[in-house]
Amino acid sequence: MANDLTNSYKTGPDENGRFGIFGGRFVSETLMPLILDLEAEYERAKTDDSFWAEMDFLWKHYVGRPSPLYFAERLTDHLGGAKVYMKRDELNHTGAHKINNVLGQIILARRMGKTRIIAETGAGQHGVATATVCAKFGLKCVVYMGAHDVERQKPNVFRMKLLGAEVIPVTSGRGTLKDAMNDALRDWVTNVRDTFYCIGTVAGPHPYPAMVRDFQSIIGKEAKEQMMEAEGRLPDTIIAAIGGGSNAMGLFFPFLDDKEVRIIGVEAGGKGVNEKMEHCASLTGGRPGVLHGNRTYLLQDADGQILEGFSISAGLDYPGIGPEHSWLHEVGRAEYVAITDAEALEAFKLCCEMEGIIPALEPSHALAHVMKIAPDLPPDHIICMNMCGRGDKDIFTVARALGWDMGQL
Amino acid sequence: MTRIDRTFQRLRAEGRKGFVSYVMAGDPDFDTSLAIVKGLPAAGVDVIELGLPFTDPMADGPTIQLAGQRALEAGMTLKRTLELARRFREDDDTTPIVLMGYYNPIYSHGVDRFLVDAKVAGIDGLIVVDLPPEEDEELCIPAQKAGLNFIRLATPTTDDRRLPKVLTNTSGFVYYVSITGITGAANAVATDVGPEVARIKAQTDLPVIVGFGIRTPETSRDIARVADGAVVGSAIVDLIGKGKSPDEVLEFVRGLAEGAHSA
Repeated sequence: MANDLTNSYKTGPDENGRFGIFGGRFVSETLMPLILDLEAEYERAKTDDSFWAEMDFLWKHYVGRPSPLYFAERLTDHLGGAKVYMKRDELNHTGAHKINNVLGQIILARRMGKTRIIAETGAGQHGVATATVCAKFGLKCVVYMGAHDVERQKPNVFRMKLLGAEVIPVTSGRGTLKDAMNDALRDWVTNVRDTFYCIGTVAGPHPYPAMVRDFQSIIGKEAKEQMMEAEGRLPDTIIAAIGGGSNAMGLFFPFLDDKEVRIIGVEAGGKGVNEKMEHCASLTGGRPGVLHGNRTYLLQDADGQILEGFSISAGLDYPGIGPEHSWLHEVGRAEYVAITDAEALEAFKLCCEMEGIIPALEPSHALAHVMKIAPDLPPDHIICMNMCGRGDKDIFTVARALGWDMGQL
Repeated sequence: MTRIDRTFQRLRAEGRKGFVSYVMAGDPDFDTSLAIVKGLPAAGVDVIELGLPFTDPMADGPTIQLAGQRALEAGMTLKRTLELARRFREDDDTTPIVLMGYYNPIYSHGVDRFLVDAKVAGIDGLIVVDLPPEEDEELCIPAQKAGLNFIRLATPTTDDRRLPKVLTNTSGFVYYVSITGITGAANAVATDVGPEVARIKAQTDLPVIVGFGIRTPETSRDIARVADGAVVGSAIVDLIGKGKSPDEVLEFVRGLAEGAHSA
């Protein structure tokens, strides 16, 4: 039987929200009843055709799904090896994959009668997606964003404000995604009765990692069908960038039991995975710990204090990773590598020049790894990478990194 | 029977309410912190909650966050926190110490090794904010086996259906969180808290102590009246953050303790 569950990688999490030892529900008592309610609501919605009918309708007419699967011909020729396909989730409404998940959570929030939505955001893409869907449904939206990220992602801050969201800069810690998540949790603990916490990645307490994965799995589901149509077979390798890991989990999940498909997650290597920890590569340079409601690989010191990551990409600047990735890493179903800021910038430029696509810095990491491995692979090897976001928001950061003066163009 | 059990037995026999104080271990530095902790029993503190510093205290407001940062910057660690407890125990073998914090530093240290080290240091109980009953296998059950109390938080969102689960595997006392929110934020109101304490006491014989949102001797008294005792943290930590001397801090603590004891 094809669906031999004992040999499936798709059965997790268990009833305690665990993927192996990873995941769980490590939250304060105030939040426990809320996440149990959410889990019950999600379990009901999962098997409710009307829920998925609403999702499908909005995915099609509001987000613009399915996103294309695009053969990057010039890039393929340039690299001189494997065939490179891009799953174009950067073409979604709001410019990234984040909205796939936000729609699902907001529909759940509405079913639960919640009127106030909070979210954390790093690069601002999840914040923009949440602000967008809240505007569409007339819900109050509050977005927590690290003060450092507010500085480097100004266009997205302005977009959120245009969409009617309140953006709260978070100054605790180093003012990045981790600190934004702390403050969002503090808000949630304070406003439990009317507030729904819309988490942007496959992390946090159960059921978030599984729920966000399920909503993002539309990416891999479409990619699989589109690849069958384009090539008549599955890709040999699939590649995605990982901060918390939602776009990657979305691409990977439908392929987990297709054992001939090689799966590669690309973490942010920052200035290099070194003992100074100037990176965000949790799997490559961290060890298991407990933060933000789940057990997973974390960047931490010998005392178990959480370290601040470092990456040019605000969306990957998180010291943890979704628990299912930690599990896939330990069981060896997926491999995880790190790409440095410099390598990601090279990929960013090449993608602009070769394909006329300005990628976000996050998928530029995935593309950089494609550039590393494609030249040594045969021409009949098919790679599918997830172009999970567009780079409009990053042009100021890139200009600075490349030494361009925007005033002198 | 732990020092916590003995303390509440004594308070009950004397017909008195208890006063619990929270300070962050190593705030603003090891020596000042030790001087404050050593002075707490004489200032009227019945149970000492000792904060274990953590970089990401998700249930705490700015006051406790900053205290943790000061302690970490001054070189505080889990090991040094246990060392502080051990130094306190050199002069005081009766006042219970409850270590309060988050799970990751303990998990990182290794649960089995931590329980041995905590016991040796003279720790009597644990409050670990991010370990709800659903995660009891992690630390709660091993801790009770090792002879440490595991004190659970009950909150306004803990309804009657869930309360038995929260009270299972709880020992020492129940810590009722008076508000939905973080430490140092809203004010506790005795008329709201009273019925909630009664609701919990209907299901357990353990003492119920109330914390969060208590900043003055008057509130300390009002809350202690409707419970078995009151906890104050942020208001004390605020003074430490302002650079007050141990004597000034302890003077303030004395007022809060008198408030609770007058109830």
